[in-house]
Amino acid sequence: MSAGLEAGEYTSVELTEAHLTDIEQRNKQSNSFITIAREHALAQAKAADVKRANGKATLLTGVPIAHKDIFCTKGLLTTCGSKMLSNFYAPYNSSMVERLNGAGIVTVGKTNMDEFAMGSSNENSFFGPVTNPWDRSKVPGGSSGGSAAAVADGLVACATGTDTGGSIRQPAAFCGITGLKPTYGRISRYGMVAFASSLDQAGPMTRTAEDAGLMLSYMSGFDRRDSTSARREDDWLNAIAHNGIPKLVRPLTIGLPKEYFADFANTEVIEAAQAELVKNGHTFKEVSLPHTQAAIPTYYVLASAEASTNLSRYDGVRYGHRCENPTSLQDLYERSRSEGFGEEVKRRILTGTYTLSVGYFDAYYIKAQKIRRLISNDFDKVFEEVDLLMTPTSPTPAFRLNKHTHNPVEMYQQDLYTVPTSLAGLPALSVPCGFVNSLPIGMQLIGPAFREDTILSVAAQFQQITDWHQRHPGESA
Amino acid sequence: MKEMHMTDQDNTGINITHLARLGRLAIPASSHASTAQELKNIIAMIDAMQSINTDGIEALSHPLDSEQLMRADVVSETVSRDNFQNNAPKTEDGYYLVPRVID
Repeated sequence: MSAGLEAGEYTSVELTEAHLTDIEQRNKQSNSFITIAREHALAQAKAADVKRANGKATLLTGVPIAHKDIFCTKGLLTTCGSKMLSNFYAPYNSSMVERLNGAGIVTVGKTNMDEFAMGSSNENSFFGPVTNPWDRSKVPGGSSGGSAAAVADGLVACATGTDTGGSIRQPAAFCGITGLKPTYGRISRYGMVAFASSLDQAGPMTRTAEDAGLMLSYMSGFDRRDSTSARREDDWLNAIAHNGIPKLVRPLTIGLPKEYFADFANTEVIEAAQAELVKNGHTFKEVSLPHTQAAIPTYYVLASAEASTNLSRYDGVRYGHRCENPTSLQDLYERSRSEGFGEEVKRRILTGTYTLSVGYFDAYYIKAQKIRRLISNDFDKVFEEVDLLMTPTSPTPAFRLNKHTHNPVEMYQQDLYTVPTSLAGLPALSVPCGFVNSLPIGMQLIGPAFREDTILSVAAQFQQITDWHQRHPGESA
Repeated sequence: MKEMHMTDQDNTGINITHLARLGRLAIPASSHASTAQELKNIIAMIDAMQSINTDGIEALSHPLDSEQLMRADVVSETVSRDNFQNNAPKTEDGYYLVPRVID
């Protein structure tokens, strides 16, 4: 796409118009978009064409993308999938959006998501569920389900997402695309609606690892406005726009954590992927991450506690939904919040409130933080032995709509393989590696902190020798 | 710990009235029992972590133990009140309106 723009085969305005028309026609089927930003996109496309004519184009200039509706975008609605913010126009751009705008990207719309990024199926959106392009009776995963489905449907080549406990990787796996959760702190959280601040991380969702690397290079960077932003200078990252993802200079040792395979039913798919990587000289080694089973309880204590605190800002006074005719300030708070938040969000606020209550704080919150340390230590230890880890991304392929909606605890187990990495703040990505019953399966690669280059390089190499990432819904799997 | 386990109207040991008040949520009495049961199931799932020995382990509040960045205490940006109040449900003369607090 970038090459076509550079060669003058089409202008960004033509490309954007084609994308918008396609999205407008096909969005009813998938419900991937909450906002289609026609005027905004065409204005950006015009500016991109001027930028190119002036010789100032980057590889992303004029390329249409979509943002998850969790990123503040000046002049466009930012709903976070919630009734609470259904009329919210952010007064500023998020830092990440600002960076991509600086590169000349075109935002064609804002994608659907689980409300406040809480969910693994995109069924918790105030704007209705998203369907999986591979099978419309199945969920696309969540919470970045709209972004994943939009890329899989070919509505955009790239989209942004956020990952708190697996919200980029699991939908990427369910929709057969590539999704990268970078190291915590790699991409600024400024202007990204907060769910669980010690876990939230933005990342790219694309068809290929090369595109994910390219997007990452433009999305990341130190930001003074995010107090947890990492101050890093990684040469490989700065060079991606010119050189692509770094080539591997030696075969790697890849760890297979046994705890991730104990209950995983589709091991043959992962084994086939493993065999492909062996052909490239990599070796595999079984390793152990002994506290894996404790990750889900730990995550739901910490994420819910942080969510209940972060979401206290929605008070019906400064922005967001406000109830009619409040009789008192307390009534205003309680009814505005109860009307504005959906069931899952309220459930997490109550869970977080419970675990942070007097008498429970040490038993739950502090205990969970200690286990978080143990989980992090597990990873540190295995990375002394191996260069990266390979696991399934999700316990199952995409499941049918409404399958787990009445059983939250069952739904939470969907994050089993993605949550430990989030707790440790490590980079991880999901790439398509096969199909089961015509549904895509994702393989997760996990790297040490700030070594996205390692996992991207292996993913890119895998995509050179396989074509799972080039399959499209509707073609025979 | 005991106080929180005392119940209002259900046998789950979870006081929804109290929790809802802390979380500033209005939960109708008719759904207290089902909400308490849901929460009880979640707490039961969470309680699995109690079996992990964490003696002598330091709490990790933040991934990678990153340090908080500091900046000089000087004004670095200006804000426009009107711009921010465009999103407010009710304002008047630059003030946010809320129900009467003091009679």
